[in-house]
Amino acid sequence: MIAGMVRWLDERTGLPSAIYSFLTEEIPASSGWPQVFGSVLLFLFVTQALTGFLLALNFAPTAGEAYTSLSYILRNVAGGRMIRGLHHWGASMIVVVVAIHMAQVFLYGAYKRPRETTWMVGVLLLLITLGFGLTGYLLPWDNRAYWGTVVSTQIAGQAPLAGKYVQRLMGAENGVGAVTFARFYAAHTLLLPALAFILIGIHVFLVRRHGVAADPSDGRPKRPFYPSQALKDTAAIFASFAILFALAAAVQVPLDRMADPTDSTYIPRPDWYFLFLFQSLKFFQGAAEPIGSVFLPTLAVALLFAVPFLDRGQARRIGQRTAAIGIVLVSLIGWASLTAAAVVTTPKVEAAMPALSSGRWLQLGPEELAGAGYFRQARCSTCHNLVDGEPKPGPNLAELGTIKSSDRMTAHLKNPAELNPESRMPRIELSDVQVRALTAFLLKLTPDNADAFSQAPSDPVAAAGIFVSSGCDACHKVNGSGGTLGPALNGVAARHSREWVAQHLRNPRSQTPGTAMPAFSFSDHDRDLLISYLFSLPGRQE
Amino acid sequence: MRDEWNRRGFVVGALCGFGSLIAAGLGLPSLRYLLGAPEGSGKTEWIDAGDLADIEPDSPTELALTHRRTDGWKVLTERVSAWVVKNPDGTVTAFSPRCTHLGCAYRWAGAKHEFVCPCHASRFGINGKVLSGPAPRPLDRYEVRLEGTRVWLKPPQAPEAARS
Repeated sequence: MIAGMVRWLDERTGLPSAIYSFLTEEIPASSGWPQVFGSVLLFLFVTQALTGFLLALNFAPTAGEAYTSLSYILRNVAGGRMIRGLHHWGASMIVVVVAIHMAQVFLYGAYKRPRETTWMVGVLLLLITLGFGLTGYLLPWDNRAYWGTVVSTQIAGQAPLAGKYVQRLMGAENGVGAVTFARFYAAHTLLLPALAFILIGIHVFLVRRHGVAADPSDGRPKRPFYPSQALKDTAAIFASFAILFALAAAVQVPLDRMADPTDSTYIPRPDWYFLFLFQSLKFFQGAAEPIGSVFLPTLAVALLFAVPFLDRGQARRIGQRTAAIGIVLVSLIGWASLTAAAVVTTPKVEAAMPALSSGRWLQLGPEELAGAGYFRQARCSTCHNLVDGEPKPGPNLAELGTIKSSDRMTAHLKNPAELNPESRMPRIELSDVQVRALTAFLLKLTPDNADAFSQAPSDPVAAAGIFVSSGCDACHKVNGSGGTLGPALNGVAARHSREWVAQHLRNPRSQTPGTAMPAFSFSDHDRDLLISYLFSLPGRQE
Repeated sequence: MRDEWNRRGFVVGALCGFGSLIAAGLGLPSLRYLLGAPEGSGKTEWIDAGDLADIEPDSPTELALTHRRTDGWKVLTERVSAWVVKNPDGTVTAFSPRCTHLGCAYRWAGAKHEFVCPCHASRFGINGKVLSGPAPRPLDRYEVRLEGTRVWLKPPQAPEAARS
């Protein structure tokens, strides 16, 4: 019956015979493990297409909202972190496997006549891969994405004559912004996939037309692709998938703060596979810069294209290709040392980039953050959990929410028995200001943000306590709460230096003549804490 | 011959094994992503609707509320209203202001002591039960919580949720 169905399908589509002739295609007996990487790349490309499509289902492709929707994918969507991990690490793996694939073809001289066009289409596919990497890097719209793209569009702008037009094409003529984002997204999801699809088709067609390049010294007869090579290809694909899956499951991809064009403290870095280029720019200063940023990369690509015409020798056996081995080794060493140098010379950022879950406390108002500190100070956790945990005498605070007004909460904290005569909770030994902060914290608490509160490091919590108890919030807004008499303090790091702020606290008029701000005589330690806290605030408030 | 068969069985088994492991590794996370409910979607919050003293017993009052609703990655602030009824036994009931037939806004007809929808003349009792008309089910209810004399309301997560 099955045979009948296959025959029926074959008469009408020819598909079964096509699969059959694909599997029984004769390949040289010398083929083996080195020839598996093309198949692995095809698999990784299909995986990227799938995970990319899945991400697009929950992604708002406009600057700004892109970030919120990606945090939604990571935080709320079931399995969203996994899908993003697969897409992120898949991109890096493709770059690695492309490099291995090209090195293999190069070492085995597989680009030689009649396979020159196969190689050249392959170089085009390399450029498309890098194009995917470049455009995809911007899409999270966090600081890393934004500043990395600022650098790459500036580099593109250095091209003689064409620079201005390339930048205009990227939508980055007036800086990276909404237009840049739209164009990168369009390129990443519409143009590049279509081009990649067509070129992969041509590449595979050419490989089939000319067959796999053979080792000329191997006199054994050809054998079919199935089963030996099919099994090797599948095993290699499985191995690559296992690595990808493990990376996606185990290594969290960070989402930095939302892109902030005013954040001058951010040190931009491109993705790891572009780092060597970034580093090599340091050797070319001033007028020579376009040599490193435009001329050399263009020359490298042109050389890659020309490889089959530059090397017209007959040698194919790997043992005879010492020059090729030398070139691959030198490139590898050059690439690795430039990348390592770039990593080593990256200045350490004062406040390490917070991962998403641990960075959420940065969004809290100072009063709530200070309240979280008083919560610790008053040892409330002896009797209360925020969310689930080992059973304790008091209720879980994040899930409760029976007291919704701050007056009642304050009254409850000051004298628990007054509201609920059966309460066995002791009175809390805190000042009025402190109780008010604790109240703000408790009212703000939900099961969703409980971990953000509990993960807030002690230094900023202490600083928020100083901030609130000194009454700073009476005049200054932080994260959207506070007075408006003075300027909002988000982004102060971009406006002033630490020294300036320290001096301003000691003697405001010395820095800002005529200001109404009083002087604050903090201890050096407290002043340091406070300034570090203010400098770690998110730059801009929506 | 037998060796040939064993080898063939091994290759087919290995190919199927690798294939199904990859399919599971990609497919299961994808299905979870596609079919799993996003955490917190359509979530609504408790709203302080007003004081119990302002509501006449046995006479439904329409209260205007501002509530926050999560829609995917957005938090929307919406104006909604609720028909709040103070029952003789001291409990409070709150109805969603939309007729369960096609979503028109209904009114309280004090003289007849019933809710009337102007669109297709559905009629509901003060307890929300359908008296006549095309409405398929009683009026949808908000969750109600009393805190002292304050009335707290929570709209249903999604209008459809009340339907089942």
